[in-house]
Amino acid sequence: MATAIVFLPLLGFLIAGLATLLAHKPAAAKDVLAFGNADHSAHAGHGHAEHAHDDHHDDHHAPEPSPHAEGVSRFAEVITTGFLGVSCVLAWAMFVQVALGSGAPVRVTVAEWIHVGGFVADWALRIDTLTAVMLVVVTTVSCLVHLYSIGYMHEDPARPRFMAYLSLFTFAMLMLVTSDNLVQMFFGWEGVGLASYLLIGFWFKKKSANDAAMKAFIVNRVGDFGFALGIFLTFWLFGAVTFDPIFAGVAGQAKTSVSFLGYQVPALELAACLLFMGAMGKSAQFLLHTWLPDAMEGPTPVSALIHAATMVTAGVFMVARLSPIFEYAPFAQSVVLVIGATTAFFAATVGLVQNDIKRVIAYSTCSQLGYMFVALGTGVYGAGIYHLFTHAFFKALLFLGAGSVIHAMHHEQDIRKMGGLMKKIPFTATMMLIGTIALTGFPFTAGFYSKDAIIEAAYVAHQPGHVYAFLCVVLAAFMTSFYSWRLWFLTFAGQTRADKHTYDHAHESPLVMLIPLAVLAVGAIAAGAPFVAKFIGHDYESFWKGALFMGANNHTLHDMHDHAKLPSWVPWTPFVMMVAGFVLAYFFYLKWPELPKGLAERHPSLYRFLLNKWYFDELYDRIFVRPARCLGHFLWKKGDGMVIDGFGPDGVSAAVLRVTSRVAKLQTGYVYHYAFAMLLGVAGFVTWYLFSGGAH
Amino acid sequence: MFGFGILTGLLVLPLIGAVFVLLQKNDEAGARNARWAAFWTTIVTFLLSLVALARFDNAKAGFQLVERMNWLGDTIVYQLGVDGVAMPFVILTTFLMPFCIAASFYSIKDRTKEYYALFLLLETLMIGVFASLDLVLFYVFFEAGLIPMFLIIGIWGGARRIYASFKFFLYTLLGSVLMLLAIMAMYWSAGTTDIVKLLAFKFPSGMQYWLWLAFFASFAVKMPMWPVHTWLPDAHVEAPTAGSVILAGILLKMGGYGFIRFSLPMFPEASLYFANFVFALSVIAIVYTSLVAMMQEDIKKLIAYSSVAHMGFVTMGLFTLNAQGVQGAVFQMVSHGLVSGALFLCVGIVYDRMHTRMISAYGGLVNKMPLYALVFLLFTMANVGLPGTSGFVGEFLTLLGSYKANTWVAFFATTGVILSAAYALWLFARVVYGKLEKHELEAIPDLDKRELALLVPLALLVVWFGVQPGGILEMSQASVDGIIAAVKAGVGGKLALMN
Repeated sequence: MATAIVFLPLLGFLIAGLATLLAHKPAAAKDVLAFGNADHSAHAGHGHAEHAHDDHHDDHHAPEPSPHAEGVSRFAEVITTGFLGVSCVLAWAMFVQVALGSGAPVRVTVAEWIHVGGFVADWALRIDTLTAVMLVVVTTVSCLVHLYSIGYMHEDPARPRFMAYLSLFTFAMLMLVTSDNLVQMFFGWEGVGLASYLLIGFWFKKKSANDAAMKAFIVNRVGDFGFALGIFLTFWLFGAVTFDPIFAGVAGQAKTSVSFLGYQVPALELAACLLFMGAMGKSAQFLLHTWLPDAMEGPTPVSALIHAATMVTAGVFMVARLSPIFEYAPFAQSVVLVIGATTAFFAATVGLVQNDIKRVIAYSTCSQLGYMFVALGTGVYGAGIYHLFTHAFFKALLFLGAGSVIHAMHHEQDIRKMGGLMKKIPFTATMMLIGTIALTGFPFTAGFYSKDAIIEAAYVAHQPGHVYAFLCVVLAAFMTSFYSWRLWFLTFAGQTRADKHTYDHAHESPLVMLIPLAVLAVGAIAAGAPFVAKFIGHDYESFWKGALFMGANNHTLHDMHDHAKLPSWVPWTPFVMMVAGFVLAYFFYLKWPELPKGLAERHPSLYRFLLNKWYFDELYDRIFVRPARCLGHFLWKKGDGMVIDGFGPDGVSAAVLRVTSRVAKLQTGYVYHYAFAMLLGVAGFVTWYLFSGGAH
Repeated sequence: MFGFGILTGLLVLPLIGAVFVLLQKNDEAGARNARWAAFWTTIVTFLLSLVALARFDNAKAGFQLVERMNWLGDTIVYQLGVDGVAMPFVILTTFLMPFCIAASFYSIKDRTKEYYALFLLLETLMIGVFASLDLVLFYVFFEAGLIPMFLIIGIWGGARRIYASFKFFLYTLLGSVLMLLAIMAMYWSAGTTDIVKLLAFKFPSGMQYWLWLAFFASFAVKMPMWPVHTWLPDAHVEAPTAGSVILAGILLKMGGYGFIRFSLPMFPEASLYFANFVFALSVIAIVYTSLVAMMQEDIKKLIAYSSVAHMGFVTMGLFTLNAQGVQGAVFQMVSHGLVSGALFLCVGIVYDRMHTRMISAYGGLVNKMPLYALVFLLFTMANVGLPGTSGFVGEFLTLLGSYKANTWVAFFATTGVILSAAYALWLFARVVYGKLEKHELEAIPDLDKRELALLVPLALLVVWFGVQPGGILEMSQASVDGIIAAVKAGVGGKLALMN
């Protein structure tokens, strides 16, 4: 069953991909001349978003003829979605068996992979409760997104390719969460990176999409740099990259210190920090977050699946999976805590002023990921995974809802040009409303339980920096509420600011898109309460069964339930923040809409600072991108060209030319010149022979 | 054992083919015959090498398929044999050769039969390098390989072919002169040029350093290592496509093979002594050439610089002197042979159509060439070391090994994974993605059947070895373990210094 869950999406990808390629073949076999006129091999199609930006220099107003027969598209859609449906059902069965039941962790070795010396990394699946939770999150959201994409992408001629990529992504993600060793995790890690690269750049005619795809991959590689070093250190420390031997050996290495770059540092702290660097990249944490907002260039279903519900949570999963290491690395825990808290706060501030509907949600995702890391940093891994679980539902819901709005508004994404859409697309508006209340943590919705748990955990934790983290997440809760309601009010409430034509033609999306919204909405409301006892409550032990490790001194989870440790005002703070955010947004965007504008005008520098995302892109461009290019150019022209070639081959050949021309001058033709030279030579040789004492 | 065996067959077959090719007439039909004769010769050679592979026993560390004949008296012998380090390269050579021939079918129009004859000659010489068990024989093959390559670049190359071929010649010649001196010194010291005996001979410490340096001069140029790498970009740019494939695929591996065959086991003390020096050059190669690659305007130059960076991983891995590093280096060489060979084929394919290698002349190719975009993407990803492709295994293992040897080295070398992503994806974005805006590209056709037949097997292998690298790793395991054990035994008391 485990194998089927993981490999069905791969099969779907391969079949859909092959079908796409085979459908291409006749075109590929044609000769050069036929290609001169035929435009039908254009693969890209006019993307939804592309239409909005490129209308003037794009003469393909009419839908391009599809390069694939209609049948191929349908076939690809049915195959990929169907396989994922099966995979999803099996994943839930697995969840019931492993997580809810008392089933032992499942372990399947698929094949050998790399065996060198003592190094062993195999293709193997390992399913415990933590993986089972990830499996249902990934397959459920992916299945719904596949279904949704059938509707959302129906105008795009390249949709078989799109469906294939989605399935490829799902496969890589499943490999990541089921890995039983760090190297396979790295495979999944980079695999989802590849899929993300392909999907962000899906509309490859747009330069902005290509740039965003490239940025996502490269920034992630910065994180992977740390991840890779972390794997190396772990291997040399434990002699293994497989989880069980590592976890078994952690306690024994608690006091070990290793030399790294000339410093003696505690081994586990270093390993945890390096591995966490990978998590920072994948989960778009502060300093390595810059790719996530740009990733919104991809089609909206991609944003929902990859950049909200699954891939970006891989970092959270990784830290939770490696909880035995982090439990012995208090400094690394503080790092996780502080980075997470900073991200939660920072991303929320930027989200306050963004005008692109998808970017608001993207920053919100970034901020919520910060919450999850705060939970991990405090050592309450269950709360982090719990938030991951609930967040997947309401964030996917918000993104797919945003997609439905964009679809209705003919590819308009600017919320300043929306408003009043409640009347035109009431179902979507309701679904977005559900997503919003769940995100803001309205009592008894899914987000309420998990977010409150994190805020409480931050309060009662002992790690240095927990007070800072507590303040950050409380303020972020306020801002989350504010920007979420701002988004909802600007989009759906009040008078419309859209142009009349667009507004009149706004229409509800087809059923195939609305069903996933409804399913996710159910999750956004109901995924919290039934699981609270299991993830962080009384059933903790019987639910996790040791999949998450907490050290002997880690009482934070216990303290959260202890009224002596947790003052009664703390659980109320998120609620107060939520109401405050709502009220402020209500007055700003419904009652006195001039107010925010005036505020922005009075504080232009602060406004621009936020609007430009704290100028991180500009900063990185200055300190990394441009110097790297200058250096590359310098090394090429000066290093290779002037120094190496100049003194090397070019210099030598020039010197040879000079010498030979001089030698030519020496050849005077007079015998006595030659005789003299010979004599000199003989004299020199004899002298050398005598002095070196050669005759032996 | 008979005097001649299967390895001699591998050496002789291409020669027979070359003679046959040269006997063809100088007309259209003759050219066609030459092409197909060359093609089938390489196929048969490849099949024969598979027979050798079938007889090869992975479990043995020593040389196998050994054959021996006295050549010049009984001091210098004609002795062939392969071990787990040589075998992958013999197969790689015979495997890549048919691709080179087939890739030249339509792009080589002048002096066809001389061209194919030279390629077949080159094949013999390259197999000879990997199969020689006599130092002089090795040297002859090693140096003679220069000549056909020199001619291939010089005659069928691009506009600056003369400059490039002389640069290539100058660099490599300098190294080989020193190696020849070293070989003579070794003969005087050990009294033999038999590699098997030399491997058992312990050279005096003081002598090891000089011999090591002399061999290093030759191998470093061949690799090429920074700072003697500047011949490679020029040679690649000017070489015809198939020449680039062989250059990147096989010729560069001779240096790495030389290190592992001679430098490590024969001069263990010197290898240990110079390890940090090699690390430094390797790390510089990785970072420096990756940065330079990023700024290239010529596709082939970019890939050539990326080759230098990838060879940096190889030299680094070899001198870690641990199993992961050395086996990773062997794997990386084989993988790079496939990946860079395929990348050069990819460049050749658009070059045949547009007759330019400038990045700025392309853009948006995916709109007209979706299949091309797909395979090019796959090889690009293999080049950046994406797990699941063969590129990952070698890079990962060498880095893993280097971490044990020296964390500084691992730290800086690992930045290569960021930089390689930067230059490779940027290239891909500029050439393949985007809108098709250049008018000249409007009529560019996608891959035809011949091109697909060239690229698909390589693509499948790159993925196969990424998922199941065991085929190569197991082959080299016993021999690499033997070599590492020999090094450890050779350094004796200084063992503590090692890892």
